[in-house]
Amino acid sequence: MELLISLLRQNARAPIADLAKALDRTEDEVAAQIKQLEREGVILGYQVVVDPDQSEERAVTACIEVSITPERGGGFDRLATRIARFSEVKSCYLMSGGYDLLVIVQGDTLQDVASFISEKLSTIKGVISTATRFRLKAYKENGVALYREETSQRLAVSP
Amino acid sequence: MILKKHIATHVGTIPRSGIRDFFEIVQSMKEVISLGIGEPDFDTPWHIREAAIYSLERGHTGYTSNLGLPELRQHISEYVARHFSVSYDPKSEIMVTVGVSEGIDLALRALINPGDEVLYHEPCYVSYSPSILLSHGIPVAIATRAEDNFTLTAEELEKKISPASKVLMLNFPCNPTGATQTRGELEKIARLCVEHDLVVLTDEIYSELTYDGAKHVSIASLPGMRERTVFLHGFSKAFAMTGFRIGYTCAPAILTEAMMKVHQYAILCANTTAQDAAIEALLNGAREVDSMRKEYELRRNFIVRSFNDLGLDCFKPLGAFYVFPKISSTGLTSREFSLGLLEKKQVACVPGPAFGPSGEGFIRCSYATGMEQIKIAMERIAEFVEETRR
Repeated sequence: MELLISLLRQNARAPIADLAKALDRTEDEVAAQIKQLEREGVILGYQVVVDPDQSEERAVTACIEVSITPERGGGFDRLATRIARFSEVKSCYLMSGGYDLLVIVQGDTLQDVASFISEKLSTIKGVISTATRFRLKAYKENGVALYREETSQRLAVSP
Repeated sequence: MILKKHIATHVGTIPRSGIRDFFEIVQSMKEVISLGIGEPDFDTPWHIREAAIYSLERGHTGYTSNLGLPELRQHISEYVARHFSVSYDPKSEIMVTVGVSEGIDLALRALINPGDEVLYHEPCYVSYSPSILLSHGIPVAIATRAEDNFTLTAEELEKKISPASKVLMLNFPCNPTGATQTRGELEKIARLCVEHDLVVLTDEIYSELTYDGAKHVSIASLPGMRERTVFLHGFSKAFAMTGFRIGYTCAPAILTEAMMKVHQYAILCANTTAQDAAIEALLNGAREVDSMRKEYELRRNFIVRSFNDLGLDCFKPLGAFYVFPKISSTGLTSREFSLGLLEKKQVACVPGPAFGPSGEGFIRCSYATGMEQIKIAMERIAEFVEETRR
């Protein structure tokens, strides 16, 4: 299962036949394993990796460090879930260290993100403070390097 | 001046490498997918490259001891003890070399008197027979067979042992076949070596790359063998460090001293930057080695199944990153097959006889190439085989 996931992480669109060959299993077995992983919620979905600087989406991305007040009984969970529900929020993590939540937000323009923070995020009861950092340039996205490596200089045939 | 007559006879008579011929043809073509490459497609892990940069920054640019950096030898000693169950004294029994290639040359030059016979299994790495000839030995090849999954059997070895036999060269996991040896067969071979007083040179450069849970066994760890074995290993394959050119020899002090004499006058010492990088590889490289090994295993599965699906028999090797499928059912020789495949489908592989005459009927395909490339190559090979059979 671990190997299957690592293959899908490299290429989620790999045909079942290719996966089966690489894993030395039958196609039916591999298809069943993928179904099972999906059913169990191990695989949550399949997404495309896009170079943000090349796409025409022109999105603005910000990382927001959010401090919140934990609640009796629920800790950070209720508030964190509430923040995560906004469609602007792409990722939301509870962190160790100087603040509590790391919230990654995406919007069409700087104003979109700014107004999301000032009008929605900061006004939630329990949010103590926010610190926002905008992304300037991407070098690596989801494990895919965005800088162009020189092509390999390996000899075409070697002993 | 007729320069040709001045070339030493034992050099002049060595044939050109079959790989080099092929390389020149491939070089002249465009858009070739190569399954002919004998080195990892992964770049050296970044932390190792970074250690090399740091070494230069600190000004580590002088010679090292002839035997290599003491710290590196210490780490090699620990690594070999941990992975191969045999221990060597870093002060007197370990020497850092310019790849395993230099180690083989040193060992042969230190051991061979003119006329001594050197046994080796074949198909094998291209340098074995020429290296033996260059040190004035007599190469004695032992053909291994597809039926035995290209392992060396003690029985076949014994047939070739003569009173002039002095050295046995082993290379498991094997380039070009991917073959490995079981402990049982190695034990039988070890007993023969003791009985006939042979010295063993064991090139274990692919030992980290074994699959299906196979556990590599070094002949050096078997009873009676440490005292008569030169263990050769390096960083090229497991750590993807081919261009760093770092290998090492482990052998009893008397033998190490003899090899060191050749090394100190021919080479002086291995590259210092690369030695620093090698320390980093041994200290922190295990995780990356394992992830590369896993990737190779998936590719091996893919390529073996693809060849067998085509009706070209291909045994599933347990080591290295090569497969050695049998192509004789197409009616072509290895060279015809490889040339045809290259010209018609732009896929390069290496004809089996480049690794010795017993490689006829086979080709070597390396899976040290990205999975996507392998897929395209296998589709093209399928087309080629179908067109040939038609």
